[in-house]
Amino acid sequence: MYNASDLKKGLKIEIDGDPCVITDFQFSKPGKGQALYRCKIKNLSTGTRFDKTYRSVEKVKKAALESRDFTFSYQAGDDFVFSDNDTYEEIHLTTEQLGDSRYFIVEDMQVEILFHNNKALDVTLPNFVEKEITETEPGARGDTANNVMKPAFIDNGYEISVPIFINIGDTVRIDTRTGDYADRVSKG
Amino acid sequence: MIDELEIRDALMQSIRAFFHAEGFVEVETALLLETPCMELHIDAIPSGDGFLRTSPELCHKKLLARGAEKIFEIGKCFRQGEWGPLHNSEYTLLEWYRAHSDYNDALADTQALIASLFAESPRSRASAADCRAGAVTPPLPSQREVLKCNEVASKDWKVWTVAEAFEEFAGWNPVENFDADRFDLDLVEKVEPALPKDCPVVLKDYPAELCALARLKPGNPKIAERWELYLGGVEIANAYSELTDPVEQRARFETWGEQRKTLGKPVYSIDEEFIQCLETMPPASGVALGVDRLLMILTGAKTLDAVLPFRN
Repeated sequence: MYNASDLKKGLKIEIDGDPCVITDFQFSKPGKGQALYRCKIKNLSTGTRFDKTYRSVEKVKKAALESRDFTFSYQAGDDFVFSDNDTYEEIHLTTEQLGDSRYFIVEDMQVEILFHNNKALDVTLPNFVEKEITETEPGARGDTANNVMKPAFIDNGYEISVPIFINIGDTVRIDTRTGDYADRVSKG
Repeated sequence: MIDELEIRDALMQSIRAFFHAEGFVEVETALLLETPCMELHIDAIPSGDGFLRTSPELCHKKLLARGAEKIFEIGKCFRQGEWGPLHNSEYTLLEWYRAHSDYNDALADTQALIASLFAESPRSRASAADCRAGAVTPPLPSQREVLKCNEVASKDWKVWTVAEAFEEFAGWNPVENFDADRFDLDLVEKVEPALPKDCPVVLKDYPAELCALARLKPGNPKIAERWELYLGGVEIANAYSELTDPVEQRARFETWGEQRKTLGKPVYSIDEEFIQCLETMPPASGVALGVDRLLMILTGAKTLDAVLPFRN
């Protein structure tokens, strides 16, 4: 259990059985009143966000979270199958569970899966992934301006804004945390 | 930060000039106390065999009992476990007392003080700084903010009773039906965010349960003669018609001691010299004003980080 005074931004706690993370935190103490810990909270299971204020006498449950390393094995229909690096146990994650991350998963990718009571909650990919551009308007030759962007697509249909000099066949690095273009790796 | 240092210096000079012009005497009282003032939710930092002061209040009242009539002090106070955008365990407090007056007189003093601080000193200081820097130098951002803040302080003061503010913004009356938990939560979540930020706001007449060291209103024991000032939505000052009844004061200390024990907090021994001084202390009003927060408002800063050169 945490005391209310232990709360801080980024701390993972359990509320009504759901794992949650404190996304914003503020100490507050109205004149002569008790210390209050005002938190903005995100439910890691459902994604919903809400505000909650704790009084100093309150206790807060720690979230029983565990993260393990997995390797992406194969795709089975809509499911992505990963195998545990230690036990080789397989786990199926749905496109819904993966969200936009599913567009950035490549063969043999090493990922970290976060579990709460053995239920997969979240997948962390390497920060950058390399992907080939399969569709975009041709870029003007010699135009290397980095600040003019145009739409492009990668093989699985994910749409991304890229600089105007990027062409079909170019490999680009994508930041998996934001889903944004980072830089060009090679020219197609 | 150099900018903030200069404005702090100007603020200190202006505060002293104001009180000296009003005939107050600047005093220095003890930082290291054998026993701190016991209040329900204020925790003192132990130091050696004693404690660092959480407020100069008890010392000032002892001086009033010895015959002082108008005194003020600017000094550091210390509170355990208080840290946040608007809190620092070590902070600068301005405290003043005026004998033979009540909390309405204290409000008049405060209005005059704030008007003098916002209207004159920082602005003239800023223009002096401009002159030194040469006429072509544009005012520094914080100085522009100071000018903007002047508009806030020059607006008419909005004075609400606590009952009015709670009925308006939280839908209930804490004076009639007090609930300590609900009061603190609703004050922070509903009332304070709804207070106007473009003029000074005073909440007055607190429920008797939140009397602290204020006297109850003669003829209406449900209300404590206490007010708090908000500038830009931030709590800046707390004032009382001071309680001078030693029997009631001892009873309050004992109640808070019991409540602190229940909360698992240290229980401080009662300062007997203080209880005794209440026998001779004249009726008085007192105000405690957070200087660091005031500086924050003056410079347009959103947190104490910008105005405290050394943060805990």
